[in-house]
Amino acid sequence: MKLILHIWRQANAAAPGKMMRYEAAGLSEDMSMLEALDVLNEELIARGEEPVAFEHDCREGICGSCGMMINGVAHGPSRATTTCQLTLRHFRDGQELYLEPWRARAFPVLKDLVVDRAAFDRIVAAGGYVSVPTGSAPDGNAIPVPKDDAERAMDAAACIGCGACVAACPNASAALFTGAKITHLALLPQGQPERHERALRMVAQWNLEGFGSCTNIGECEAVCPKGIGVEVIAAMNRDFLAASWAERDRVHAGA
Amino acid sequence: MALESRIPSGSIESRWDRTKFEMKLVNPANKRRHTVIVVGTGLAGGSAAASLGELGYNVKAFCFQDSPRRAHSIAAQGGINAAKNYHNDGDSVFRLFYDTVKGGDFRSRESNVYRLAQLSVNIIDQCVAQGVPFAREYGGTLANRSFGGAQVSRTFYARGQTGQQLLLGAYQALERQVDAGQVTMYPRTEMLDLIVVDGRARGIVTRDLITGKIECHVADAVVLGTGGYGNVYYLSTNAKGSNCTAIWRAHRRGALFANPCFTQIHPTCIPVSGDYQSKLTLMSESLRNDGRIWVPRTGGDKRQPSQIPEDERDYYLERKYPSFGNLVPRDVASRNAKQVCDEGRGVGPGGLGVYLDFADAIRRLGEDKIRERYGNLFEMYERITDENPYKVPMRIYPAIHYTMGGLWVDYYLMSTIPGLFVIGEANFSDHGANRLGASALMQGLCDGYFVLPYTIGDYLAKNRFDRIDPSHPEFRAAEDNVDSMTRRLLSINGTRTVDSFHRELGKLLWDHCGMSRNAQGLELAIGKIQELREQYWCDVKVPGSAADLNQSLEKAGRVADFFELAELMCRDALHRDESCGGHFREEYQTPEGEARRNDDAFSYVAAWEYQGVNHPQALHKEDLAFEYVHPSQRSYK
Amino acid sequence: MSTSAVAVAGRGGLRFYQTTVGKKAVMAVSGVLLFGFVLVHMAGNLQIYEGPEKLNNYAKLLRSVPALLWGARITLLVMVILHIWSSVQLALLKQSARPVGYVKKETLQASYATRTMYWSGPIVLCFIIYHLLQLTFGAGGTPFQEGDVYSNVVQGFQVIPVSAFYILSMILLGLHLNHGLWSLFQSLGFYHPRYTKRIKGLAAALSALIVAGNISIPISVLAGWVR
Repeated sequence: MKLILHIWRQANAAAPGKMMRYEAAGLSEDMSMLEALDVLNEELIARGEEPVAFEHDCREGICGSCGMMINGVAHGPSRATTTCQLTLRHFRDGQELYLEPWRARAFPVLKDLVVDRAAFDRIVAAGGYVSVPTGSAPDGNAIPVPKDDAERAMDAAACIGCGACVAACPNASAALFTGAKITHLALLPQGQPERHERALRMVAQWNLEGFGSCTNIGECEAVCPKGIGVEVIAAMNRDFLAASWAERDRVHAGA
Repeated sequence: MALESRIPSGSIESRWDRTKFEMKLVNPANKRRHTVIVVGTGLAGGSAAASLGELGYNVKAFCFQDSPRRAHSIAAQGGINAAKNYHNDGDSVFRLFYDTVKGGDFRSRESNVYRLAQLSVNIIDQCVAQGVPFAREYGGTLANRSFGGAQVSRTFYARGQTGQQLLLGAYQALERQVDAGQVTMYPRTEMLDLIVVDGRARGIVTRDLITGKIECHVADAVVLGTGGYGNVYYLSTNAKGSNCTAIWRAHRRGALFANPCFTQIHPTCIPVSGDYQSKLTLMSESLRNDGRIWVPRTGGDKRQPSQIPEDERDYYLERKYPSFGNLVPRDVASRNAKQVCDEGRGVGPGGLGVYLDFADAIRRLGEDKIRERYGNLFEMYERITDENPYKVPMRIYPAIHYTMGGLWVDYYLMSTIPGLFVIGEANFSDHGANRLGASALMQGLCDGYFVLPYTIGDYLAKNRFDRIDPSHPEFRAAEDNVDSMTRRLLSINGTRTVDSFHRELGKLLWDHCGMSRNAQGLELAIGKIQELREQYWCDVKVPGSAADLNQSLEKAGRVADFFELAELMCRDALHRDESCGGHFREEYQTPEGEARRNDDAFSYVAAWEYQGVNHPQALHKEDLAFEYVHPSQRSYK
Repeated sequence: MSTSAVAVAGRGGLRFYQTTVGKKAVMAVSGVLLFGFVLVHMAGNLQIYEGPEKLNNYAKLLRSVPALLWGARITLLVMVILHIWSSVQLALLKQSARPVGYVKKETLQASYATRTMYWSGPIVLCFIIYHLLQLTFGAGGTPFQEGDVYSNVVQGFQVIPVSAFYILSMILLGLHLNHGLWSLFQSLGFYHPRYTKRIKGLAAALSALIVAGNISIPISVLAGWVR
């Protein structure tokens, strides 16, 4: 099978970029989108051109490295699927595809389809953890956790940090990512002591990174490869508002 | 070179406690004066960097990925073992120890394994406290399942994403230290050389993968937690970026490489579907708890699985191993799959596959229960193969998954280069010739959270560290070395891509040093690998420049190291005239086709010393003593 | 994380309103109050079907306690300002958060209403200004008689462009409310797998009610049912 690929090419963060047209032939519908790019790249190298840079690692949908806009949809047309697990069965022979990097001020393009998502790490560093020094933990069964809470915490914790939510959001908001971590920890007893500060600091960091606001549109949950829903955003809002009220005399958000 | 394993004496239960007590401590006020480099941010590296930061050391952590959270530990699915005995089914530290030594086919160090089993319980506590959402029972206590090769329920899990959740726990702990200023994180930075000054590891040379900048980093100790080398086979379940470069370059600088031929083939992977395939996808071994493995009784049976009546199916694991059935250890399950496929009874395109059938389990437990247990795995399978495993049996085939070999370390996890510590899959220490399921996560976190933070302190407290300027000649030399290799790779400008060489190398290795090996094949492979390596260095084509994000260049350096490693693996496999665990030499098998160990001649760790590119490594042996678990023929009948 | 507040405040602490979540909360609360006004206002307006006397008396009643009237007016004005101010800031943030757009971008599940919030709002604002000019200040270019609300409305709506603009504005207001009425729950932190669906249904019903109730008036006037 064959695909016509329009791919964003940009030499580095400072250089201007543009869409370039390529024909990728000799593909099979069992291939993944990334394997199709592998085939194209082998051909480009043989022709003496620079291969298309794209981020990838585990290729089994869990590391969160890969991701690109495929015909205007983050990770492409198959729901709950990362780009690496998107097989070409979803496309027609000869179909034209537009491959673009995630677009957000907080995700600057580094090269071609590779963007810098370090802002996500900084959001986590602002409070996406439980402060538990190594060795100080009580027995694992000391605090029972209702099965349902553990399951819902797991639903939120499934986030792979790929950035599709930001890419798809018309506001380039990091609400789903931030909300998922806040929700995961807020559902567990271990997350309670720092619950307020976590919400305040993580929201502030998300804002300081230059992501947009959430306007409750829901494009993020439609593209999330792990099916995380906007309820985590509501939960984050609730924690943030409660924390702002409780801490009103003490601190600014994020302080 | 005499290998000093520094194994403590005394009863095995007391060894670690006594060692901890006898270790010298670093004065809290002095900790911040010590810089420690940690390379790799998976379960081992991430947990080590976080714990060292918390202790007060000045930590520099490196990973080649864009974020520490992407390390390949994240892909582990099934679970993590711990001897908690929460299920009252007779588990204990000793039993976990016993199972691990036996599962490793008596090629691991008893003292290390015992410590691992002891500390396993602390890992679960630590992770729960971090907010890892482990599966729970209705009463709120932690749930367990039994896992490949174990007859007790000691595996803790978070759906099919246990590795992800444990890694995120470690990653979050690491980010907490980044926020506190204790750890400086260097993502998208690849270690390309180790710097040894006066015989001690004192730093690393790195390349910034975005700008191409080559830089030196000075430290008092270097920790490698860079994972395994399964990608030497090209097709494996490892992430595409996983590589041996950090440990291989340390090996070239004098760290001994132990048991390189001990590789693990995972029995439950999705079969290869075409030549273009870039990686293999693993399905958690937990599937074997409820799935039944079979092939048609006669070869060349092309009927749909549902058309094949019960009495024309061969549930070969249940038939040959009545007491363990489908839960035999990985090496046994893999070899049997290869065997039935070699007999022409394999299923699916190319005949390289066996069925993993859930029909019975669905009848017994209902589809909902199966969905609850394996839903995400079934979805993943369907996404890749376009077949619905609730309706038709899955097809699976073994694939390279884990490497038990790695840099040699002593009881303190220090390599033969003082000051160079190696943790997690990158070292060779705990799994012998075969790793049991759900033990990799346990070892990574055990090393990172609970062993290394102590043992590195002992090293730092016992040694004096003079200030080294980055302009020290050793540093300049290492930098030049890296720089010239980069320039050489770019200047060859041959005709073949890096990937095409890598594929060919992988195929060679899979055919001759894969699931089963023989002397003739290994000798042949060594010759071919050498030829291919020479060809590589005059015909590889690496486009782009060094001062840029250049993924071809990154791969080129890694593949160059794989060539040298592949040769060493074959040499190791060739020298080990016995079968044990994942190393199956066709010449050494019982009449029933089981692995036959030779304890009299090979009860040792083979540690290889680098002698230069075109010179075979020198072999050093660390003899293994078994005081508590007496070597016996493994039997899962 | 529990290091003292002062120590880290310098690293970028934000005041409540400086955060996007804070702004959305302000937008939600001001939106609720404005919706309350719209609902009551419509209920009052529908008295037009009970004849001139009833409506004019109602108007007189509203003006009979100036403190109350001005209290309500000031509250509404403040809410309008807060609602607009927060939305303008979020709209500007939207621009800055994605300086380079996509060549191709599909919308998967965002409703028509959510995508029109940024221009349904301003058009409704223009309408409100005109509506005040027309019926409060008598400067809308339609016949105006202080105190005779009934005939002001009827004569105003007999002008077709005025009615048309009114109807269009009400439809946009309906769309705006359709999203805003459930979105405010989300912004204020309420989500429930079952109730959120019901809230969305209720939001749609209420906004349809507002649209239907309000546009029935110009339609009735144009059809000659109310004269």
